[in-house]
Amino acid sequence: MLLARIDRRHQLKWSLMAICVALEVSNPAFALDPASIARSGNGDAATACSSCHGDHGEGLPDNGFPRLAGLDSRYLRTQLEAFASGSRANEIMHPIAKALSSDERQSLASYYSGLIAPKAPQQAVDDDKLIADGKSIALDGIWNKGLPGCSQCHAKLGLGVGASFPRLAGQSSTYIGNSLAAWKDGSRGNDPLSLMAGIASKLDQSQIDAVAAYYGSLPVDQPEGKTP
Amino acid sequence: MSDIASDPKTWFAGVLFLAAAGFAGYSIGSYPVEPVKVVTAPQPATGALPQTPKDSKFSPPGDDKIPDSEFGKSVRLGQAIFYDTQNNAEEFIGNSLQCSNCHLDKGRQPDSAPLWAAYLVYPAYRAKNGHVNTFQERLQGCFEYSMNGKAPPLGDKTLVALESYAYFLAKGAPTGTVLPGQGYPKLPRPDKFDFANGKEVYSQKCALCHGADGAGQQSPDGQTVFPPLWGPKSYNWGAGMSSINNAAGFIKANMPFSQGNTLTDKQAWDVAAYIDSHERPQDPRFKGSLAETQKEHHGGAYDLYGTTVGGVTLGKDSVPSGPLPQ
Ligand code: HEC
Ligand code: HEC
Repeated sequence: MLLARIDRRHQLKWSLMAICVALEVSNPAFALDPASIARSGNGDAATACSSCHGDHGEGLPDNGFPRLAGLDSRYLRTQLEAFASGSRANEIMHPIAKALSSDERQSLASYYSGLIAPKAPQQAVDDDKLIADGKSIALDGIWNKGLPGCSQCHAKLGLGVGASFPRLAGQSSTYIGNSLAAWKDGSRGNDPLSLMAGIASKLDQSQIDAVAAYYGSLPVDQPEGKTP
Repeated sequence: MSDIASDPKTWFAGVLFLAAAGFAGYSIGSYPVEPVKVVTAPQPATGALPQTPKDSKFSPPGDDKIPDSEFGKSVRLGQAIFYDTQNNAEEFIGNSLQCSNCHLDKGRQPDSAPLWAAYLVYPAYRAKNGHVNTFQERLQGCFEYSMNGKAPPLGDKTLVALESYAYFLAKGAPTGTVLPGQGYPKLPRPDKFDFANGKEVYSQKCALCHGADGAGQQSPDGQTVFPPLWGPKSYNWGAGMSSINNAAGFIKANMPFSQGNTLTDKQAWDVAAYIDSHERPQDPRFKGSLAETQKEHHGGAYDLYGTTVGGVTLGKDSVPSGPLPQ
């Protein structure tokens, strides 16, 4: 009887300790800090983010690796979840996002959202006509195809709105074009209300090129690293 | 509550029930639509005008057709005021809306009260103010009610510019005719409004842009990108959009933004009723008595002003109408 009671006490003690250990592990303060994951990876399949997204989250434009600096943290977090679950299908980001714990996804999202970075150098599209066509789609839309201007959701100059409408200013034309193509072919399928799937389906390739060239040409001199 | 039919007796019982339910939330469900009621629509009596066959299609001229002249300058100014009212007509507005929030594609989009179609049906008699209104007077109404501001004086540059733009868009269209796409579509009258369903539709389809609190959303530089649908920064209790039938027609044809005509009629009615059952700036014609304002200017199945929904008597505690004192 006595023995049994001690045993039970022991059991309790051990399980309390186990809970403590579990808590420690999932405690963000205990997990690797985001800056070091960004720089050198998490020791698992999540390799250094900076090798593709740049030292300051500015992206690698010509490779289509997006800018992360200054994007809304809730948006970045949602995208990491979507890469992990596969609802945003991407061969590169899927294993990386899957290897991040939930806390790491959150802390990396906050980390990149708070970074300030100049626009990464990229091959400029020097086709004024193309950029002008893109600007007209971005600001006025093509209403007889049921397409509003992009700026009506992404704000003027592509500054973005809140948690769900990402900033486009600062992204490269390659990445903008890739994203629109990904919605058209269905590999990017996590957009709320399927808004972007609908938008992309109304654009043909020459219009995608134009609107991508326009957004690629925008500066990043707006309030940065700010989550409204 | 869910089976209130158009039978007047059941309807009356429903009203009693609603009244008795008092402070219960939206979960109590529905609000019956009065069976027979003349609706004082804030739109002109276009019913009397010849209607053009549905399949005839009018296309307003493109911006590239704006002439390079003094008149053309006025057209351009009108267009600028129309799509960026906040920055081009500040002194006359008292909320965060743009004309182009409710008249899409800068006043060109059919079924979104396009300017070219409106231009054709004025001057017209309006029950709202009891006399024949010119087009400029109609525009004044938009500033006072939809923009919760104050009317620019007749002949003011702002009104002349907007009239120039509307006239330009209407080029070649027959005056005195109701063209297809005029105003907002008129949906078949429902038996009731189901607020609980409206709230559900709102949270699924609208809150992403307009916010769960209906206050709209801004970009980091402070520009309103998604317009507020209720509260002190939205249209006031005298605006056409505060009539559920107008809101439902607009929503059905145009919302969710870029996905028009995807909601069912029921969804459009219920969500319109839900939106128009929230507080907004006072009716500018209010002179101190809610009951009198309601009696003189409101009523009808599509107007919730002065009624109690979810424990709130609408119009009772509204913020005053008009621009905030500078
Ligand atoms: C091997 C290159 C590579 C590495 C390493 C990498 N990424 Fe990515 N990342 C990409 C590519 C490519 C995309 C764009 C995928 C697409 O086009 O859909 C992307 C997209 C993203 C996005 C979505 C951005 C947006 O605007 O939607 C986020 C967030 C992201 N990465 C975070 C990270 C984080 C955090 C790490 C480090 C743990 C990381 N990435 C490491 C290549 C990489
Ligand atoms: C009706 C609103 C709406 C309109 C109009 C709209 N977008 Fe979007 N856009 C969104 C939403 C919502 C997202 C976020 C999708 C997600 O979370 O998966 C998005 C995301 C994007 C992204 C991804 C950015 C990133 O960091 O990965 C690009 C690129 C984009 N939009 C381009 C455009 C372009 C170009 C247009 C105009 C042709 C446009 N959008 C018009 C709502 C809209």
